[in-house]
Amino acid sequence: MAKIQLNGKKILIKSNLTIFQLLKKYKLHNKKIAIEHNGSIVSKTNYKKKYIKNLDKIEIVHFIGGG
Amino acid sequence: MKKDTLKVANKILKSRLIVGTGKYKNFKETAEAVKASGADMVTVAIRRINITDKKKPILTDYLNPKKIIYLPNTAGCFNSEEALRTLRLAREMGGWKLVKLEVLGDKKTLFPDMVETVKSTKILVKEGFKVMVYCTDDPLFAKKLEDQGASAIMPLASPIGSGLGLQNKINISLILKQSKVPVIVDAGIGTASDATIAMELGCDGVLINSAIANAKNPVLMAKAFKDAVISGRNSYLAGRMQKNYFAIPSSPKKGII
Repeated sequence: MAKIQLNGKKILIKSNLTIFQLLKKYKLHNKKIAIEHNGSIVSKTNYKKKYIKNLDKIEIVHFIGGG
Repeated sequence: MKKDTLKVANKILKSRLIVGTGKYKNFKETAEAVKASGADMVTVAIRRINITDKKKPILTDYLNPKKIIYLPNTAGCFNSEEALRTLRLAREMGGWKLVKLEVLGDKKTLFPDMVETVKSTKILVKEGFKVMVYCTDDPLFAKKLEDQGASAIMPLASPIGSGLGLQNKINISLILKQSKVPVIVDAGIGTASDATIAMELGCDGVLINSAIANAKNPVLMAKAFKDAVISGRNSYLAGRMQKNYFAIPSSPKKGII
């Protein structure tokens, strides 16, 4: 298992998961989102190539209402 | 007559009213108000997605980004780094290059930190963004932003969400006289007539959120703003009459009995 921080919350996930697999787990793979992996933006083409390690920090953002 | 449109960067907008999508009761009301406003462009914020509630509705379910132009903003960012991070994420989300930059400097007034704003504009323009910039109504800073390559200057009418209306017509007029890019009044507009006043001054557009969302009937207020912006624009284009100190009769003197 890997202990990661997702959107500020500590969670446990399976080891060796890719970003894409993580998105699928939360049913977000088809949504308009952007991802930061340890402070760097991950481009969509790298979702399947990027693996998540223990203690990684991931942020998933989307558009909300705002002025 | 040539169609009167607003061109910002490479986008042509039929409406000179841009609306925010915050503060509404729900997404249904947001969508109805946006529709009633006739706006082609809406501002949106970027925040963490709710990962625990997968069924929670999201904005894009109600406002289709393929049908209406999303203008990602940096609301809530208090320094250049936060603002740049937010807009880079927005660009990644769907190729948004046209963005609204706001770097706040003070929690009570939400006035922009203009030093950080100029710095951020420079970096974003270098990275290929088209930046519409929220700013104070200071003509000198507005000029600096234009020199850095801002796509639109967005001076505040009064503090964000205050509803105090256009407080400094003179400064807005000075900014209008010197600017070659669109000037869009952003923040502080309280009611429809405030928007008309801004448009009559010659502003290229207005951005409204709170005045619509906080109205008792937001959908009707959205329609009021649509009409107010059109009226103000037409009034500006028509050219107002001269002001006179004394009365001038409207009926001819000739033939008085």
